[in-house]
Amino acid sequence: MAESAVIDFVPVWTLILGAGVFLYVLLDGFDLGVGILFGLIPDAPSRNLAINSVAPVWDGNETWLILGAMGLFAAFPVAFAIIIPAVYFPVAVMLLALIFRGVAFEFRFRDAPHRTFWDYGFAYGSLLATFAQGIVLGAFIQGFRTEGYAFTGSSLDCFTPFSIVTGICLVFGYALLGAGWLVLKTEGALQAWARQHGRRAFLGVCAAVLLVSIWTPVMEPDIARRWFSWPNILLLAPVPIVTLVIAWATWEALGRTTSHWGPFTGAIGLFAMSYLGIAISLWPMIVPHRFTLWQAASAPATQAFLLVGALVLLPIILMYTGWSYWVFRGKVRADIGYH
Amino acid sequence: MTLDPVILSRLQFVWVVAWHILLPAFTVGLASYIAFVEALHLATRRPIYLRVSNFWIRIFSVAFGMGVVSGIVMPFQFGTNWSRFSLATANVLSPLLAYEGLVAFFLESAFLGVLLFGRKLVPPWAHFVAALMVALGTLFSTFWILATNSWMQTPAGYSLVDGRFYPQDWLAIIFNPSFPYRLFHTVVGFYISTGFVVMSVGAWLIRDRRFAEEGRFMLSSTLWLLLVLVPVQMELGDLHGLNTREYQPAKLAAIEARWDTGTRVPLTLFAIPDQEHATNRFAIEVPLLGSLILTHDLNGEVKGLKDWPREDWPPVIVPFFAFRIMVGVGLLMLAIVVAANLMRRGGQLFARRGLLRALEWSAPLGFIAVLAGWTTTEVGRQPWTVYGLLRTADSVSPSLTGWNVLLSLLGYILAYLIIFPAGWVVMSRFVRRGPEAAPTVEPIESGRPQAPVREPPALSSGEGAA
Repeated sequence: MAESAVIDFVPVWTLILGAGVFLYVLLDGFDLGVGILFGLIPDAPSRNLAINSVAPVWDGNETWLILGAMGLFAAFPVAFAIIIPAVYFPVAVMLLALIFRGVAFEFRFRDAPHRTFWDYGFAYGSLLATFAQGIVLGAFIQGFRTEGYAFTGSSLDCFTPFSIVTGICLVFGYALLGAGWLVLKTEGALQAWARQHGRRAFLGVCAAVLLVSIWTPVMEPDIARRWFSWPNILLLAPVPIVTLVIAWATWEALGRTTSHWGPFTGAIGLFAMSYLGIAISLWPMIVPHRFTLWQAASAPATQAFLLVGALVLLPIILMYTGWSYWVFRGKVRADIGYH
Repeated sequence: MTLDPVILSRLQFVWVVAWHILLPAFTVGLASYIAFVEALHLATRRPIYLRVSNFWIRIFSVAFGMGVVSGIVMPFQFGTNWSRFSLATANVLSPLLAYEGLVAFFLESAFLGVLLFGRKLVPPWAHFVAALMVALGTLFSTFWILATNSWMQTPAGYSLVDGRFYPQDWLAIIFNPSFPYRLFHTVVGFYISTGFVVMSVGAWLIRDRRFAEEGRFMLSSTLWLLLVLVPVQMELGDLHGLNTREYQPAKLAAIEARWDTGTRVPLTLFAIPDQEHATNRFAIEVPLLGSLILTHDLNGEVKGLKDWPREDWPPVIVPFFAFRIMVGVGLLMLAIVVAANLMRRGGQLFARRGLLRALEWSAPLGFIAVLAGWTTTEVGRQPWTVYGLLRTADSVSPSLTGWNVLLSLLGYILAYLIIFPAGWVVMSRFVRRGPEAAPTVEPIESGRPQAPVREPPALSSGEGAA
């Protein structure tokens, strides 16, 4: 323990956890988004196609949620012990919703007599899980009532007008990712439908992101100072500018029938910029207003012990994940490989 | 009536773990059985082994998928309901749980796809290796989870600073005093649970006649296996008991409903323990046998609960009865296995329909024993989450109110009462279809890939199921 205390493992764990959470948001984001759109798709064959486009990958995507939770527990236990009980109900709702949508993948085929039930489970499960994650995000940005290392507020504190807006924001965001995925993976009528609904989700995302971007600095003077004080305002100006460019490109790609990758890539870009924006606003706090990453960190011996395995296993997992996406690349079609 | 968040949080944990544990109790053993059958196929190339393996792989995929989905709930329970426990133990326990996640994810992504979808895409030896790695993966998961659980029972290798545990010696933490006993006792228990399911399905297939040959193989192979495992399990249980006596004597006193310390103590076969008056009602006892079994010495001393202050007593009635259920079921299993193996002589085993029917009905026995054993050890750990160091009442999230937990508990109850019966129906359907040579429906699992995806002929490397 004495030797390992010399090395500061917090930066590397921040990087691992930050990348892991972002990866989860992107990966489960698009399959949750497909689930959100699923209920709106008019015809059954297209619905089957949509669900088939995420069936091979969804549960690998969801596993990042476990790794994220475990990573937070292991690397920043103070944050884990404050944040998770503070968002008690959103987490419970998310877990229940994920259970239903998870088993729906299989049971809608295996338990055909109740397919309608499982289809509703898939659509509403995806919607609720996403909304709950958005509430968590909003509550996280606003911070928590704490005493020592404990959350001392009420389990209902996390439901604020702001967190409800971030909840809606994430629903539009995941729907945009899901639409981008469907544009990428499908053709013809379903692709056209996805473009159309992608644009609707896009407008929702823009309205919500704009609202959150104004609301946050108004609500949190510290965040306002970080963005609008000199010279930060100049140094950080690229963030909103690049976001605007990506937004324009995404809108344009959704409308251009020759663009297959554009909408999905654009949606990823928008998520990356939003993620970056939140990170800039909160750095270096992991429990906003209360604890920095370093204050919330676990013992160096703990971080070191887990790092050994993480550095070996995570790259292999990532490579294999990438390879499996490669195997299932290309358009989902009703006739080959999928039904 | 006020709702107690501690009791309700415990009930919630019991509810989500009790359902979840049934899946590893089945998949850990089944993964090994599949690897065993794959090995037979590799050695003999007889097609029957292929059919049996494929049959169980289909069922495994459903159980595994449900295990993944219900498993996501678990790590969050530590945060939502037991945040003070999490904060206190994170430095020690979090890497063990995280390693479970990493190893499971690694093996899942790398080998499960090959096992489920790679039959036609890889040579038989590679398929066997995939089966072996998946089996090893389930065992690794069991290893890390039980290391965590055992550390809560018999903590070691830590220092305690300001109410938080810090790691001093990782080997001592992982291989804490109760871990080896718990690990082997649990794994063998899982194997036996699976064995009884496979045996039961085999018996049904024989009676059903469509797949009698496969049924005979399943029944015969698991009966030999169980003939070894069930007695071994009893010996392991005995060793585990001696370990408990050394490190958690109060738990042992609760299991035996022993209030006063004494030598040459009787064995209480049955009683209604009365915790308030610290006495047993309607006790049926066998003289001296208690000391003999618990200490392996007629004059051995067994501690009574009165040696500890009352606030450190576990609830007696639950571990007392749970333990007796476990042992009773264990003896029943032994009787079944011995009787069925004796019937092999003269070829009566496969011919007697009454016997086959009895074997069919024995399928849930292993699960009952697993749940009873788990209840014994966990309730016997009370009133502590970390034995002797951190109280359960001090482990719960301070912000929770009773109705908060009641609401979430009702949600979990409702969800699991829908999901688990549905999963049962799906697996039963696979069983009824039997080990067809060419299944009409491709294997599917909610877990990995392709609920909807057929074997992808257009893809050169479909094992990318992950």
